[in-house]
Amino acid sequence: MKQKKNSLITGTVFTQINEVPQVATKLNRKDYWGAVKVRWLIGRDHYLVAPGLYATGKPDESSDVFVTANYKLSFDHLRKNLDGINAWILVLDTKGVNVWCAAGKGTFGTSELVHRIRVTRLGMIVNHRKIIVPQLGAVGIAAHLVKSLTTVCAKPIPGTLKQSQTNANAHVSGEIVEPGFRVIFGPVRAKDIKAFIQNRYQTTTEMRTVTFNFSDRIKLLTVDIVYARYKLFAAFAIMFLLSAIDSQGINLYQAINNGLTAMILITLAYFTGILITPVFLPYIPVRMFAFKGLISGFFLSGILFLTGDLGIGYFGIAAWFLLLPAISSFMTMNFTGASTFTSLSGVKKEMKIFVPIQIFMVSIGLILYVINNLT
Amino acid sequence: MKTMVYIKDVVTLELNQDKCNGCGMCVKVCPHGVFNIEMGKAQIVKQDYCMECGACALNCPQVAITVLSGLGCGCATGIIENYFAGNRKDCGCSSC
Repeated sequence: MKQKKNSLITGTVFTQINEVPQVATKLNRKDYWGAVKVRWLIGRDHYLVAPGLYATGKPDESSDVFVTANYKLSFDHLRKNLDGINAWILVLDTKGVNVWCAAGKGTFGTSELVHRIRVTRLGMIVNHRKIIVPQLGAVGIAAHLVKSLTTVCAKPIPGTLKQSQTNANAHVSGEIVEPGFRVIFGPVRAKDIKAFIQNRYQTTTEMRTVTFNFSDRIKLLTVDIVYARYKLFAAFAIMFLLSAIDSQGINLYQAINNGLTAMILITLAYFTGILITPVFLPYIPVRMFAFKGLISGFFLSGILFLTGDLGIGYFGIAAWFLLLPAISSFMTMNFTGASTFTSLSGVKKEMKIFVPIQIFMVSIGLILYVINNLT
Repeated sequence: MKTMVYIKDVVTLELNQDKCNGCGMCVKVCPHGVFNIEMGKAQIVKQDYCMECGACALNCPQVAITVLSGLGCGCATGIIENYFAGNRKDCGCSSC
């Protein structure tokens, strides 16, 4: 932990009230390697920075304040893009989760931001009352509430006011001593920060819009693949067990022989659903993810049928034509969480239609597979 | 590249124009350009682009917008995990 800090912290910035660690704005090899590793979920649960205030360059009391999550990947993105800018970085405690997802869960939220402003005594470090929050944080942060909750009014009686009540009516009673912090929602992507500043702290439509292009999809594939690996192993186990059954009872030779074939076929369907379909996502002309996966799964079955890899038994071929698309469909359906444009209502709708279909296909497929081994 | 659109006519986003004061916060926070300000009032111009993240409803000072947003994203894995593990305030995946 100490070592990690040393490569990150380059110095100290002295303010009127305390010392703030200054962080590097150039990422080193370790940062890049860390980013590669977390994309494969290696050390994912410990990839975080301590919440609090940091500095890039030599900020003073008039410098901008940028807010981010304490997921190190988010923090690295921000500091890399603040290269050459004197600014403050306020890191919220999101338990090592990125801004958007943490905002959805509420950890990157109004109360954490207000709390963090308070414990870092930000109001004494900067003389302005402007704080720049990444736009996707708006899912958890209500700008107007941050403003009223950080307003300081005259003579609050210590210990009697809860955070939520603090100054809700301060502007009504006219006792404002210090105005609250005004949240400005900055661009979605940290790389637009310089353009955003040049644009007088206004975001353009492009800066506000979330995309889901080819490279975005590729980056997310590895996480999904690693995350879902246990499902794959469970499927292997089931297929080995079912492969053991033949007309005479238990046949170990058949279990290994057919089981291995089944393992390869299932792995192909798994990668069709989790890798091939997401890559070609916009080119499969249906909207529902499960349907997209089903179609590509049928394509896969068709190709394997033509190459003769589905075997020669009618029941066996039929079984694979049900099993492979169902697996592919299920895996693609789970890619909805990684995508950036699916709505909860939409996912519920497609699950209502396709989960029963998937269960039906798998059940019939497994029965046909066993029948094929018995005959 | 054009933005991808998900399933049509399912989104729960609703805007009460009578309450709207045209502050434009919803336009600023929406990641998919669903809103527009016309004649001093917000309007939903691309309903089917909405992903129900809930940013607009949370940031509307007039409480003119409602949307059933769950955890801010539509995620099948999360729905399945919640179905088996009860209603946690978490989608269950360590990656998000």
